[in-house]
Amino acid sequence: METAFTPLQSLGGGALIGLAAVLLMGLHGRIMGATGILSGLLSPVSRSDFSWRAFLLLGMVSGPVLIMLLTGQLPAGQVPVSTVMLLVGGAIVGLGVTFASGCTSGHGVCGLARLSPRSIAAVLTFMASTALTVFIVRHVIGV
Amino acid sequence: MRALSLYLIGLIFGVGISVSGMANPAKVLNFFDLAGTWDPSLAFVMGGAVIVTFIGYRFVLRRSSPIMAPSFDLPTNRALDARLIGGSALFGVGWGIAGFCPGGALPALGTGDVRVFIFVGALLAGIVAARFLSRLRPSRAVPST
Repeated sequence: METAFTPLQSLGGGALIGLAAVLLMGLHGRIMGATGILSGLLSPVSRSDFSWRAFLLLGMVSGPVLIMLLTGQLPAGQVPVSTVMLLVGGAIVGLGVTFASGCTSGHGVCGLARLSPRSIAAVLTFMASTALTVFIVRHVIGV
Repeated sequence: MRALSLYLIGLIFGVGISVSGMANPAKVLNFFDLAGTWDPSLAFVMGGAVIVTFIGYRFVLRRSSPIMAPSFDLPTNRALDARLIGGSALFGVGWGIAGFCPGGALPALGTGDVRVFIFVGALLAGIVAARFLSRLRPSRAVPST
């Protein structure tokens, strides 16, 4: 499935992601990492530890709704994979990000911005393994 | 104030993710499909996000503490170990199969698309499974970030 190259939208969206990361650190002292935020919701250490994550998540899911209200349509979400691939891929992502203590947002945005050697190693590793996986799935297996 | 500011920060993140294309698996997978229908857009997402965060962090981390919390909660783990590299490699395999990463999928729950809920359900199962496996080897506790 072809998708249109959207440099300006993607740059603007990326800048908003960065703005959110800076505000979360400046106001609340936290890393904007989806893995850490979600993972902590499962086993919060206190009520306030639960609530900051819950309010943040509530805001996140309101994002597409706000876009719907402003533009009249939901943001595009084309899913070119099967339900089985979503289930298998989702479970593997859950295992991986827990062992790695972070994903695209925590290591990829916040970690790189802090020039963390751990995050640089994590990002190089998962970018390479994602590209390799996509190559195998699409061009070797041919799904 | 605390709740409202957290909600608004989440909203900014959610709008950013939605606009950027990170919540759209077709675009994400095409970014990695160099040999096929390549779409370089996601490089601009990462570029925009990292540049803004890099500059912003320089200012906010100069303070002794955040504005609405007692202290900065920054990762302290420095180990470049097999757990980090293996976990990251595994994450990439899952990302390449499903096309969603956690930060892309969470805001996308707001679209009500059942496929996002399927992915996030499996993601949670994977997180719980990883914790269980970690407990079998208690010498390696899971850091909170």
